[in-house]
Amino acid sequence: MLLFDPLSVFFLIIILTISIPSFIYSFGYLKGHYSGRKILLGHLLFALFVLSLLLVVSAGNIFFFLIAWELMSFCSYFLVVFDSENKKSITAGTIYMIMSQIGTALLIVAFLLMYKYAGSFDFNAVKAALSLLPAKHQDILFLLLFFGFGAKAGIVPLHIWLPFAHPQAPSHISALMSGVMIKTAIYGMIRFIILTLGVNSLWWGELVIVFACLSCLVGIIYALMEKDLKTLLAYSSVENIGIILLGVGGSMMFLKLGYLPLALLAMCAGLYHLINHAVFKGLLFLCAGSVYRGTGTRNIEKLGGLIKKMPWTSSYFLLGSIAISALPPLNGFISEWLTLMVFFLGALTVAGGIKLFFGLAAAALALTSGLAAACFVKAFGITFLARPRSAKAENAKECGLSMNIGMGILGVLVVFLGLGAVYVVKLLVIVSGSALGIEGGQIQLGSNMYLPSPFLPLLLIFFLGLAFVLQRSRVSTNQTWDCGYYKLTPRNEYTATAFSKPFRRAFGFFLRPYRTANKSKDSHYHIKTFSYETHTTKIFTKYLYKNLLGWIFGLARNMRGIQTGSIHIYLGYIFLTLLLLLVFMGRY
Amino acid sequence: MIEIIILAFASPLLSGIITKIKNNLRFRKGPGIFQPYFNLIKFFSKEEVVSEHASWIFRIAPPVVFAAAFSALFLLPFGFTGDLIAILFLLSLGRFFLALGGLDPASAFGGMGSSREMFISSLTEPVAMLAVFAIYLDASNIMAVAALFLVALAETSRIPVDNQETHLELTMVHEAMFLEYSGRSLSLIEIAAYIKQLIFFLIIALLIFPGFNGFLFLAAKLLFLCVLVAVTEVSLAKMRLFRVTDFVSFAGLLAVAGIIWKIL
Repeated sequence: MLLFDPLSVFFLIIILTISIPSFIYSFGYLKGHYSGRKILLGHLLFALFVLSLLLVVSAGNIFFFLIAWELMSFCSYFLVVFDSENKKSITAGTIYMIMSQIGTALLIVAFLLMYKYAGSFDFNAVKAALSLLPAKHQDILFLLLFFGFGAKAGIVPLHIWLPFAHPQAPSHISALMSGVMIKTAIYGMIRFIILTLGVNSLWWGELVIVFACLSCLVGIIYALMEKDLKTLLAYSSVENIGIILLGVGGSMMFLKLGYLPLALLAMCAGLYHLINHAVFKGLLFLCAGSVYRGTGTRNIEKLGGLIKKMPWTSSYFLLGSIAISALPPLNGFISEWLTLMVFFLGALTVAGGIKLFFGLAAAALALTSGLAAACFVKAFGITFLARPRSAKAENAKECGLSMNIGMGILGVLVVFLGLGAVYVVKLLVIVSGSALGIEGGQIQLGSNMYLPSPFLPLLLIFFLGLAFVLQRSRVSTNQTWDCGYYKLTPRNEYTATAFSKPFRRAFGFFLRPYRTANKSKDSHYHIKTFSYETHTTKIFTKYLYKNLLGWIFGLARNMRGIQTGSIHIYLGYIFLTLLLLLVFMGRY
Repeated sequence: MIEIIILAFASPLLSGIITKIKNNLRFRKGPGIFQPYFNLIKFFSKEEVVSEHASWIFRIAPPVVFAAAFSALFLLPFGFTGDLIAILFLLSLGRFFLALGGLDPASAFGGMGSSREMFISSLTEPVAMLAVFAIYLDASNIMAVAALFLVALAETSRIPVDNQETHLELTMVHEAMFLEYSGRSLSLIEIAAYIKQLIFFLIIALLIFPGFNGFLFLAAKLLFLCVLVAVTEVSLAKMRLFRVTDFVSFAGLLAVAGIIWKIL
């Protein structure tokens, strides 16, 4: 029933490392905002959710996996609509459920096909049967699995549920959903595509990398435009799933090309980023929750100056921001560096056009990390620095002990995963070996070449110390330079919208920004109030999903014609169906 | 290692020389080439003024910028490509904190500078990566070096992307970010900027005529780059901010062309 190979154990560990701090955090987060019974329900759902996550990654056969997978989807749905009196939560939950079920539908088709070929739900039996399949059938299975899991992972364009569902759930659930649940989709891809189906065409890996790059860029560009702290983090999850898939896709390509050490390294990079993202995104979501509890708003335009009111939360958020922006010496840097190295080393070994493909993928990753840095300068700078922009931010309160402990554990992990990279990589080599179906000990990675210079943290600390010594001098406090005006108010500060303006212009071809202005006049000559808004067009929703929905509803309307309400006609339908089925069964 | 230390001490000289050449090209006398040193000494002896709205981020930003730049410089001699990537990331660590330092004192100028700097750098980062990638495939890739030179112009806030000489608030990019800094903190930031400039020039210098990388040859090549930058700055005008995308895309295309050229 259950399966405990290194890959499963790796995911089990990740799930536990994120859920324990989240659970500790939830005590402080839920207290005083819900009734006692609701809190109990929350804990119960949380426990069930964690249990289902654990079952997903340790399921020993395909049928059991599917059951656990659906249990996970349902638990998370109920957690998304936990604030059920809020209408937004219900909408978010519905969108999440629909997208999740579309993904599951694809998976069920794939699983049934597998069962048809193998006659069993056992991983090994299915693997043996699938290896005999013609290439066309394997391609279909790959596409079904990739997009089926992709819907849960949130790859673009299947990402639309993330920015709704993650912000609406309570923050410790967001941490778990963003940190862990979407990673189970990566587990599914590895378990089913690489281990069970086997990588049989080069274009599979290329397709994964193309969608990974798309997810990276689209995710981070939307995150940069966002002013709701938790939605921003949700979009950033789309980006980070992209980075993880860059490693996984690269690994698939190298596996097909036969460069096993590189495949191993690429998988290491992907899994390293996976655990990193779980930790720092968990941390950031917990911080966002603490900001929400402390101020009552998630809109960063209304925040500011929190670093003085919430010193602990802001320190943790800074730590998470540095890590997620891939800045040395923290953990995000190590995994993005590894991913880049994979493409660099890969380009040396492969021939021809794939070199350019790798180069462009590396450039996309570099652009992503540049934009991520900008995004988190915005997120941290506008939320925590400068002066409070509203009364809510003015009266912010630091969160309690249990929330601090929850964030603290993850904060320590962020630092450890960055500085202890050597040990982490050693473990990851074993896990990656298991993820690729090759013996971990079979291929050795020279550890020196595959990590950034170990001197780097030492150099940083040395020069930081030197700089602090040099900086010591007389300091006096005075007003901010305001061109001699002496009446600066928080309204003079730069806002998040202003901060992201250059990006909105530069990526205008994609974001399609538009403005709406509302004037209300009390006479022909005098404008009483004036409101001015700037929006961006969500092109995937507008051009893909709206059309799709319109088409489905149109179809439904036309189908209504066959429902007459007459029992005779219904009996006729049943008879016709029976006939058709008989003919069908006879021929095939 | 000794050479790196000598170069680090000589780094402000590069800016001094560029300014001098620029002024001479415009038939002006201009300050001497050691002026950057005098400026640094002046900042060092002054009292520091900190905004009342600023937090501890404002204070730790200059040391982080300084440490990131120097760490990047001392990674250079190891010559391993991975360190080249690490250098790019280290420089963005400095930029990250400087941008936060710009937002901290609640002034609109600082925020404007931070926003613009992050905008430009996030666009140059993929180009730098492509150029490094092309160089990694083949070190004698002149197109990639040219792309790297354009990136260096953007990263060291030179014309046509930014203008170091301007102090008009609306046109500043890099300078606007640390408008609030003074005294020793300002000098740390300036030193980091000189070191960053040195790093970019040094990488380019090491790549053109890679056979001749003795200390004197290197110095000659750096001098040549200074002349090149000065001539560029005198003969071009600063672009509008939103034209920078065109400039950076051109550099990116150069780097891609460099890769394609080496594959064919």
